This record gives sequence, structure tokens and C-alpha cells, in this order.
Amino acid sequence: MSHPPLAAEFTANRSRAHWHDKALWFVREKRDRMANSVPEWEQLREHASAIKMHTVSQLPLYLEQFERNALALGVHVHWAETAEDHNRIVLEILQRHSVKRIVKSKSMLTEECHLNPFLEKNGIEVVDTDLGERIVQLRNEPPSHIVLPAIHIRKEEVGECFHEHLGTEKGASDPAYLTEAARGHLRQKFCQADAGITGVNFAIAETGGIVVCTNEGNADLGVSLPKVHIACMGIEKLIPRVSDLAVFLRLLARSATGQPITTYSSHFHGPRPGCELHVVLVDDGRSGIIQSSEFRRSLSCIRCGACMNTCPVYRRSGGHSYESTVPGPIGSILAPLKDSEKHSSLPFACSLCGSCTDVCPVKIDLHHQLLAMRGLLGQRRLIATSKKLSMKFVAGIMKRTWLFNLLGKFARLSLRVLPRFAIYHRFNPWGRQRELPEAPAKSFRQMYADRKSTASNPGDKSK
Amino acid sequence: MSSASKNSAAREAILRRVRAALPQSTPLPELPASGPWQTFEDPTTRFREVLESVGGLMVRVPDVGAADAWLRDFEPWKKSATRLTVIPGLGDSTLDLNSIDDPHALEHVGFAVLKGHFGVAENAAVWVTDADVRHRVLYFIPQHMALAIPASQIVNNMHEAYGRIQVGGYPFSGFISGPSKTADIEQSLVIGAHGARSLVVFLIEEW
Ligand code: SF4
Repeated sequence: MSHPPLAAEFTANRSRAHWHDKALWFVREKRDRMANSVPEWEQLREHASAIKMHTVSQLPLYLEQFERNALALGVHVHWAETAEDHNRIVLEILQRHSVKRIVKSKSMLTEECHLNPFLEKNGIEVVDTDLGERIVQLRNEPPSHIVLPAIHIRKEEVGECFHEHLGTEKGASDPAYLTEAARGHLRQKFCQADAGITGVNFAIAETGGIVVCTNEGNADLGVSLPKVHIACMGIEKLIPRVSDLAVFLRLLARSATGQPITTYSSHFHGPRPGCELHVVLVDDGRSGIIQSSEFRRSLSCIRCGACMNTCPVYRRSGGHSYESTVPGPIGSILAPLKDSEKHSSLPFACSLCGSCTDVCPVKIDLHHQLLAMRGLLGQRRLIATSKKLSMKFVAGIMKRTWLFNLLGKFARLSLRVLPRFAIYHRFNPWGRQRELPEAPAKSFRQMYADRKSTASNPGDKSK
Repeated sequence: MSSASKNSAAREAILRRVRAALPQSTPLPELPASGPWQTFEDPTTRFREVLESVGGLMVRVPDVGAADAWLRDFEPWKKSATRLTVIPGLGDSTLDLNSIDDPHALEHVGFAVLKGHFGVAENAAVWVTDADVRHRVLYFIPQHMALAIPASQIVNNMHEAYGRIQVGGYPFSGFISGPSKTADIEQSLVIGAHGARSLVVFLIEEW
């Protein structure tokens, strides 16, 4: 399905859509407060962007350096060209250790590769240990947000889900009570697991180590008990130096949830004694994106989710309406890069307001890329006829000044004189959830012309 | 194909594709630890404020003995049947860490007193490493935790922090800021997700 009908489904429940919008705006506001408390915020964003651009320009070098250093630390390094290769590699490691149960912390990459269903098909129990991810896993749905996987679910629904699966009291919906129940349930899983899988926030070429950030401590607990730790990462997660971490750790949590830093920022450099640490480096289309000068910067993403929290479309349409592992503005670029036909509606789920670009900690020019992606889809003839026709129609008006002026006059007049029922009816979707603005007396052109003549008036006292 | 040769074939293929159309090289910014980055007139006060805002508690004491006295009066400590400390004179241990080979045996630790190296004022993070504990899981599994650092060891920001550590020297090292938490249910903050339910950071003046 495309974005508009799925979004319509989501907004049909108005109170839920409104609540969802508010919940995300709350996170956006926390982010603003945090960003404002750091005087060099903009400089940090500049640095982060420059580090990422530099890294991608020398990526082969840094990948080799990372591999060399990781091997020296006793880390097993694997390379996967595709999602299938990645899944096969992970399965082989698990089978070699006769692993039956694994615990997994949040990793968008493994979502992207559909690792869970693959492992389950092969007889391995997979438990997502991030609370939000566990909730959506028990409900059998994908996450709707990359940082807040269960942001679309009400606490009463979590209560029902936990009542069914974890045996909590019927009707209980207190977040503290439910979290406590999940803690108990997941502790068991942590202690029974034969291996732990994590994502990677940053991989350091200079040392061969990886950094994983969580608030719950689930990644750390998951890899500190069993003997096998598998860390899965896209090749774009690399950074050159340890000192670069300062920039990214200062930006990440502040941008993501409005915290000064995540509770745990763990640096892994080699296995525990007698244990194994595996790192799987995954391409899965990334090398293709590097070759595109237009979309290369989308690979700088550190998956903070800030662009989603601020996006007026995401907030009102919910993450599932994107049908993509990564939703929101950045997802609307990454998804069509992967499969332009399937995700052709996403770049249009955007008003080009540019708010995403303003908050992005690595300064990805998100709204420019979204516009460029529309162009690309046009070239590939993936834009619906209705959309193309209406574009042509509007372009026809815009090209003719006299027609544009005439219709402008007509619109201002009709807004003023027509009765309500003639404006707010089912053929005018613009009037469906909003009051149309009061019509100004003059057009912008007229106001501008008036101003100009006053300014150049020789009798003006300011001269 | 064996998995080793598959691996090197995939490696070559990926590197070849990445090399195919590399953008022009752009410079890597200099990031001197000395800044100019955000600093604070009184880093310790900032550390305390931020730690409290993330659910932790800072306790400044003249010496280890005073920290010990404070701890023994702390409810979570008093209520914990299984306790562990790696700092002589600060709390006591009900089990012998050195006799434990399997970290699973630490599942029921109620309270652990561990060593931190320094704190960061801007985000209340404390630097820890596995050189100080035999099992790194001790930073994550206890129900409650205290970290002790010398009071003089508070840096302003993360640049200063990374300027003074050898990250690559430890299989595990990291920053811990406050107790574990989640807001995954309707954005309401709950302290005590999977890790510690409370975190005390002792700043010890004479150590
Ligand atoms: S595109 Fe930018 S704002 Fe969006 S998730 Fe990635 S880093 Fe965050």
C-alpha cells in the first residue's frame, strides 16, 4: 500500500493521532532544551557532518584499518554483501556454538535484514530486549520509530499484551508496574541466553573497537553473560578516531530523547577471556548509495530519530504508514533508494518544510534529498498519473501571470463572500481538519508594489 | 566455498564497490581536547545537578570511611542480602568475586560498590573499565550500584574525557550516567529498566 491510505487509516482515530503527535512533540521540545544548553551546538553539528563526509571519502582505508585493529584485538570480522549473507553468517556462528536462545538489543540493521524471522525459522529463540522492541515483538508488529519502537501504543494496550504474555494483572496499565514485569521476564531471558546480538552505534577505525549506546542496559547485560557476542553494523557506522566519539556522543542522546547522554555508552575492544566477539560488516546497498553524489549524505545518519520527532507528517501519520524499517524523513530517502517502486509514495509524504534538516545532528540536507528523490522517481516514471496531472495543471497556472493573478483574486473574493457550506464540503479536503485563513484584502504582489512606491517617495521623512 | 574464502570474496567485492566512485576527499576537523568547548565555573556542582536530573545521587565525602558510614545507612544497601564491593573499607562483600568463574553466579547481587575513574560535568557520566572488576556484568546486573571517584576527578566535557583515556586498552570500558531507565511505555520515565535501579556516585576528597 502507499503512504496516503495508511496515513488516512491512522488519522481516522483522531484522538490517537492527536495523542501521537503530542507525544513526539514533547520529545522534540526536550531535544530543543538540550541543544540550547550547549553553546557550541552548531559547531558540533558542523564537525559531525565533516567527520562523516571525510570518512565516506576514505571509507576503504578506514574499513581496512578497522579490520586490522579489530583482528589484533581478537575480534572475528565478517563481511556481508547482502542481507541474506548477513543472516547466513550470523546463523553459522550461532550453529557453531549450538546456540538455542539469543537476546538481542536494538539494531535497525538486523530489522532491515529481517534477521529475527530467519533465525526463528532455523529453530533459534530470539528475544528483543529493549522494552519497546519487546512490546512490538510480543504484538507481532514492526517498530514504528527507530528510537521509540512502541511510541504508537497506549499503555492500556501494553497492559493487555503483558497480561496475555507475561501474566500481569488484567486491566493494569501503570508504566512502572508494567516495566517491572518486563524486567523480571527479561532477566530470565538474559540469564538463559547462549549468545547476545547487538547493533553498533559507532565503530572506531583507529582502535578496532565498537560503541553501543542504550538507556536500559539491555545491550550490555545481553553480551556480558553468554560467551558469544555478535555485533552487526552497516559499513557506514565507521568513524576515524576515538576523539570523534566526543562529538557524536554529545549530539546523539540530546538529539534523540533530549538526554545529556545515554545511561550506558559501552566501548567493546575484544572479547571477554574465553569468549568470542564477532563483528559483521554489512553492505546491502550502501556502496551503491556512496556512488550517488545526490544521496551519499544520507549515509551520515546516526539514527537519532530527531527528524521523525519533528516531522509534521510523521507525527500525524504514525511510523507504520511508511511500511519501511526506518520511517520518517530519512526513511523516505533510504527506502526508495532500496526499492523505488515499492516506496515511491514516501518522498511525497513531506511538505518540504525543512524542519528535519534543521534538527539533524549530522546536517543531512534531508528536505533537499526528498525533493531530489521526487525527481528521480519522475525519471523512473514512478509517479502516479493523478499526481502528475495535478502538477501539470498547477504548473500551467503558475506559468501564466495573468491567470495566476486572476485566480488569486477569485480565491480571495470567494473566501470572503461564499457561505460556509460552499467552502467546507467533501470536495475540498483542505477544509477538512482546518479553518481556512481569513482572506487578505490585497495580494502579496499588490502589497509589495505599494511598499516600494512608499519607500521611493521623496517626501518620506526617513530619507 | 569455505566460509573463510566466502568472507574474503565478500570483503574484496565490498571494497571494490566502495572504491568505485569515491567522492573527493574532505578534511577531518581538528578536535583538540582543550576546546574551545563548554566549561563550567564549578564542574562539581554541574555534575551534581545533571546527575540528579538523570535520576542519580551525588554524595561528596571527606574520605572512604565517611562514604562507608553513609552507605551503611542507605536503604537499598541495608535491604540487599547479596552485596559486593571492590573498594577496601567502603561497604563489605557477601561473596568472593575472585572465586566466581561464571558471571551468571552474580545474578542476585543486590548492591555493588565499584570504582569509577572520573566524572564528566556536562552529562554526569562516569568512566569505568573492566580492569577494575573481574566480570564486567557487575556494571549492569546489580539491583543497585555505587561508583566511587576521587573528588578532584571531574572534567568539563566529553572532549576532555576522551583526551585522558586509552579506550582501546580495555576489552570493555564505558560511560555510565545515572541508573538504567526507559520511557518506552507512553513516554513516562521509569527508573530501573534492566540495570541498576539506583546509582550513587561518591566523590571522595582524600583517597
Ligand atoms: S537523518 Fe539526521 S535527524 Fe534523522 S535519524 Fe538520521 S541523524 Fe537523526
